Formats: sequence, C-alpha cells, structure tokens
Amino acid sequence: MAPDLSVKLGALTLPNPLIAASGCFGYGVEYEQVVDLSLLGGVVSKGLFMKERQGHPPPRIVETPAGMINAIGLQGIGVHRFVKEKLPLLRKAGARTFVNVCGTTLDEYVEVTKVLSQAEGVAAIELNISCPNIKEGGIQFGCSLNGTFDVVSAVRKATHLPVIPKLTPNVTDVASFARASEEAGADAVSLVNTFLAMAIDVETRRPKISNVMGGLSGPAIRPIAVRMVWECYQLVKIPIIGMGGITDARDAIEYMLAGATAVQIGTQNFVDPFVWSKVLDGITDYLTRHKIEKLSELIGAFDPTPTKTVHA
Amino acid sequence: MPPVDVDATVIANARLSRDYSVLSLAAPEVGRRTQPGQFVMVKPAGVTDPLLRRPFSVFEVLRNGTGDITGVSILNKRAGRSTRKLYELEPGDVVSCLGPLGLPFTPVLAPTEAWMVAGGVGLAPFATLAEALAASRTPTTLFYGARTADELFYLDFFSALGITIVLTTEDGSGGMKGRVTVPLEAALKSLGPAGAMVYACGPEPMLEAVAKLAARYNQPSQVSVERVMGCGLGGCYSCVVPVKHGDEEANLVRSCISGPVFDGAELVWE
Repeated sequence: MAPDLSVKLGALTLPNPLIAASGCFGYGVEYEQVVDLSLLGGVVSKGLFMKERQGHPPPRIVETPAGMINAIGLQGIGVHRFVKEKLPLLRKAGARTFVNVCGTTLDEYVEVTKVLSQAEGVAAIELNISCPNIKEGGIQFGCSLNGTFDVVSAVRKATHLPVIPKLTPNVTDVASFARASEEAGADAVSLVNTFLAMAIDVETRRPKISNVMGGLSGPAIRPIAVRMVWECYQLVKIPIIGMGGITDARDAIEYMLAGATAVQIGTQNFVDPFVWSKVLDGITDYLTRHKIEKLSELIGAFDPTPTKTVHA
Repeated sequence: MPPVDVDATVIANARLSRDYSVLSLAAPEVGRRTQPGQFVMVKPAGVTDPLLRRPFSVFEVLRNGTGDITGVSILNKRAGRSTRKLYELEPGDVVSCLGPLGLPFTPVLAPTEAWMVAGGVGLAPFATLAEALAASRTPTTLFYGARTADELFYLDFFSALGITIVLTTEDGSGGMKGRVTVPLEAALKSLGPAGAMVYACGPEPMLEAVAKLAARYNQPSQVSVERVMGCGLGGCYSCVVPVKHGDEEANLVRSCISGPVFDGAELVWE
C-alpha cells in the first residue's frame, strides 16, 4: 500500500506537505500548463496589498553561490483583482490556495484579510510580516515581538480562516517570534522568508540589483533555515511550515525531521518547474524504504544524539 | 503547446569565435513545438552552479537527413559564468532545456516586406523566422550589425533562403562601417507603399532606435527583448518591462509570458 502523505495544519488537511512558496509561483495559474495544481498540498499566492503595486525597477534578481538575491518589491495586482481574476481559476484547478497578505499598516492587513474571508476558495491566510524589500510594512511588524503579536491578533479576530504568519530570519531569535505568533492565536507559522543580502559588481562598483539589498534564497540558506525550524519546533506547539532551499525529497524530509509539518518550495521551482512530482515520488520512496506508513510520523522525529564519526 | 523539460545531450558545440558558439541539443520534443521567436531556459544538467537557467532564443530547429526534427540549437555568447560554462560544453554533455517558452513573432505575408534587424547575438531568433518567411515567400531583408566582420555569422544560411543581407560593423571590417540603424533608415526612406514589418533583436539602445525609427516612418515593429530572467514561466516577476497600451499608464509586464516579442510601439524606453 502506498504510504499516506497527508498532513494536518490545524484544521486543514493537505494531501501532501508540498506547498508552492509565495513570490515563486506567480498567482499559481501561470503554472497550470506544467503542473496539476490539485496534486500540490497547496499554493501560496504572491503577496497582496489592497491596491496594485508596481514593485522595484529591474534588475530584480541576481544569482549568487547556490542561491539568488531578489528584490521584486511585491509587484502585485491587489486583493480585489486577485479575488476576481485569479481565485476562480485556482478553484477550478482544484488548488488549495493560501493567500499571502501584506500591509503597510495593521489596518491594511485586516482589510485585505476581510476581503479574502468573504471570497470563495481561500484555504488560509499567510501573513507576510517578513518581506525584506519594502520600506513600509511587512518587516516592521515581523522584527518586533509586539508588532508580530498585534498584527496576528488583529487578523485572527478578523477571519474564520487559518492564520499563518510568515516569519523573517533577520532577527536574533526566530523562535520567540513563533511563540509570539502562537500566543496571538496563529494556527501555524511558516519560516523562513529570505535573508537580507547584497551583491556588488566589482567592475562597476554598483549594486547587482536596483534595490541594492534584497532577500537571499536557495540551497545556500537551507542549513540555517533547518536550524531555525528546529528551534521553533522546540518552543511552540502549533504546526510549522518549513522552507528555504528545498531542492529534492531529502531536503523536504530534513525539514520535517526538524519539526516541519509541511514545507514550501520556492527557488527550486524556478530551476525546475517539474520539481513537485519528483519530490513526491522521492518521499514515497523514502517512506517505503524505511517502512513508514504515514509521513506525519516524521514530523520532529529528528534524533539529536550525536553519531560516532564514520570515515567512509 | 505547453513547454517540456528535457535533459538534452549536446550534439555539437561549434565555436564560431572566441566568444560565440552554436550549442546543438538533442531535444526533438522542444524542436517540434518551437515557433520563431520563442525561447528556451538552459543550464548544464545536475549542477548548482549555475543554479538558475538562462534564457536563449531558439536559434535553429535541427533536422536530420530525412527532415525529421532532432533538436534545437542556441547561439551562445560568453558574457558571464553561465554562458562561459555553456561555451565550454562538449558533445555528450547534458543540458537541462525547458521550452519552448514565450510568445513568438507574428510573420507577415507579401506584399509587405519583412525586415529583420539583428545586433550581435540578437541574430538568434531570426534563423527560424527567416525559414518561416522564406516558406511563405515573403520578401525578406536581414540588417545585421556586429562589432567586427568575424562576428558576422551564418550569412550563407540566410543567403540560401533567398534573403537580402545588409551588413554593418563597428570597425568597418565588414559591410558598412557604423550602426545597423543607418542602412535601416535609408531603406525606410525609400520604402514602397506595401510597407514593411520591422523585426528587431539586439542590444537595448539598438532596439530603442529601431522601434523609434519604425514608428517615425509609420511602420509596425516586433521587438524581442532580453531581461534577467529567473524562471521563464511567469513565477518570479524578475524580467519585467514597461509596456503601454494606448493612453493607459505604463505597466511592468513579464517578458517571459507577455513577450519576449513585443509590439515596438508599446514598449516604453527608459
């Protein structure tokens, strides 16, 4: 019998733990031509404000060792156009749609959430309190424990939908932010957003992206993000969605062992838009090989006992 | 047709010069789906350096002796780490090739003439377009500018299709000395009533000059742009260009799915 890949994020049951990360999958509908969206555990939309945003001028990305820095600047169509133009298509495709909600003020987070709560076909709210690339909003909440608590509480009161704050790694102790989120009523937390970074063209002495600084993602950040998931897992009881540099099934399983209930894939989807079925097959192989019936048994099953060094 | 992703074996990597090579890939599924002006996302397979693929116009759709499509080639110019690695590939190496992607050129029919304006590596999308235009017997001219005469490639290929070729080089070592827009403007001045569709691909200043020239002489243009691109499928929003329809405000649109070919009159030049 095929192993059971389903996982529970609070009241939500996903058929598998693989979720497309915000900002890395357009509005989801772009990928319908290459992926059956209903086969994914979920799809997170691009970050949405009340209004449309143009984002930063190009160049917006630069490749760095085993990763990339981006400063897109949350270009987006705004929540109303999303509900009207994209959500019906996502519903039709059978996607479990998580919407990444942004705000420049606490009120805007609440307003965007209210619009989404009245729409049909939203599975959960992912609160973007961690984008490193915009001046106002986002990270000003995500870098303050009180700010995190306040915005999560306010959104929690405004919706029946699951609320999942997305945490920034650009803090000293990310686990305390997971705990503040839990205390404010979050149903789960997702981590990590990108690491604030920059790259200089030494020939011209100019920045490689127009915004000068941006967010680092990709395999380069994976060990740091795995550590952060493990720290959060030890401190909070709510489910954790782990992400950062997942490229294959082993990487996804590593996050789950560290305590993630589900995982998001972002940068690797740029590298390989067919990554989803490969990771799902790889997870099934792993479970079969280890004679595990339910994937959820792996959540937090990391054994921190040091192994004796074996020289292979 | 949706794109496919194939691990394509390198059939040949013909070095045309110190910087340019034609990388031929065994990717029949990609070749069969390709329309002129579309692109592929490419990187050496199974490595994390480079991590992301890079976009390349499909240069040729390759065929065997009996006319069956066997793959595609790309025209690669060494410019950075990724293109250097592609330049160094040898037959038998494997490349991840996703495509075809993006919107193709719209070919025109006689009596309208087709004018293809290429700058340097911007020659890439015009080999397949030239074949399509030749098949429909559209009178076609290639205006082709490069740095030097030894960076003017595939002239026999275009000649064999019956295409008129106008060459320029920056140093005067081949064709006219100077910019490719000089003979283009001369031709626009003496253009007959049937008009011309101006196709352009090359460096940004050339694209801007060509689109503006075409507009000044009331001719339509189709411009293939190149931007730093992350995914090629509309996921990352890194490859945006400002586009303006009529009196609307300019919008940043994704060149991977709304392009790379744009109406030259709708592009906003910065």
